[in-house]
Amino acid sequence: MSAFQGTAGRDGPDRFGHERGAQGRRHATEHAARELADKYIIVGYGFWIFLLSDIVMFSAFFASYAVLVGNTAGGPSGRDLFHLPNVALETACLLLSSFTCGLASIGARTSSGLWFYGAMTATFLLGAAFLGIEIHEFADMTAHGAGPARSAFLSAFFTLVGCHGLHVSAGLLWLLTMMAQVYAKGYRADILRRVLCFSLFWHTLDIIWVGLFTVVYLMGVWQ
Amino acid sequence: MSPAEPEFAPDYADTAPSDQHGGGHETAESVWSYLIGLGLATLLTIVSFFIARTTLVWQPSIPVALGVLAIAQMGVHLVFFLNITTGPDNVNNVMALAFGVLIVLLIIVGSLWIMSHMNHNMIPMDQIMQMQR
Repeated sequence: MSAFQGTAGRDGPDRFGHERGAQGRRHATEHAARELADKYIIVGYGFWIFLLSDIVMFSAFFASYAVLVGNTAGGPSGRDLFHLPNVALETACLLLSSFTCGLASIGARTSSGLWFYGAMTATFLLGAAFLGIEIHEFADMTAHGAGPARSAFLSAFFTLVGCHGLHVSAGLLWLLTMMAQVYAKGYRADILRRVLCFSLFWHTLDIIWVGLFTVVYLMGVWQ
Repeated sequence: MSPAEPEFAPDYADTAPSDQHGGGHETAESVWSYLIGLGLATLLTIVSFFIARTTLVWQPSIPVALGVLAIAQMGVHLVFFLNITTGPDNVNNVMALAFGVLIVLLIIVGSLWIMSHMNHNMIPMDQIMQMQR
């Protein structure tokens, strides 16, 4: 974009007729490029479609969990296993990390290093805290004989919640990569597009967690 | 808008998800949007956790209330964090979202519907055991 903003920026299409030759043709192609949407918007849209497909995949796990939730094979049910204060803490961590991730994307857009690195570090710490609590919960359940092999309910539970946990782990790795890329390459347009994709990914993980704590934990405790 | 873009932003231009638009007050507006989103999401989460354990309301209404609260909170996240709005610059994002929601509903409602019918039509487990003897 920045390559031609000086030449094609304000002249407008009516100037084309007056300029013959290579100069005019260059203006014409630049104008055509402007008529298409900005690359930033196209990348965001494409990644949004990927995220929707990810949500569709999660919906299949949600459906299998909802079908299998009653099949405990005489083993423990959600009411016996879930500890709501832990879940509330996990929710708080993920919600706050989504907020700090938003602040980081503002920091990246305004090229403000303090905001970007500070907010990204906060996002990482909150995400890591979420993951730590979740791993502790899983280890605790497995140690008490409620591992994924115990019943269909627990298989579905570990698949659904574990898949979200894997997404968070991947997101944490991506977060560190983004910090390193901004550090090494600065706030370039292509790096900003990647930061946009990362923040979309992280916000979407929080949306999935909303469905997860409602359907799995709150309804599981209520039953 | 990418930072490299000059002031050439007609009203019908597309925006990317999570994109903000506005002039010089862009940063302050974005921070406010995230703050409002955080406040609303916190409120809805607290209500969800409260209502799951309360005995104040009629018990069978609780799953419905939890579902409504969860959908409301997802809406808050979409509007304030992802900035998916119904504005003219957001038509493509909203159409993609609508299609995604359609598929999600088909998968979840369809699975639950079919599986409950199959459960209903299945021979009880003890009879299957007897037949295998």
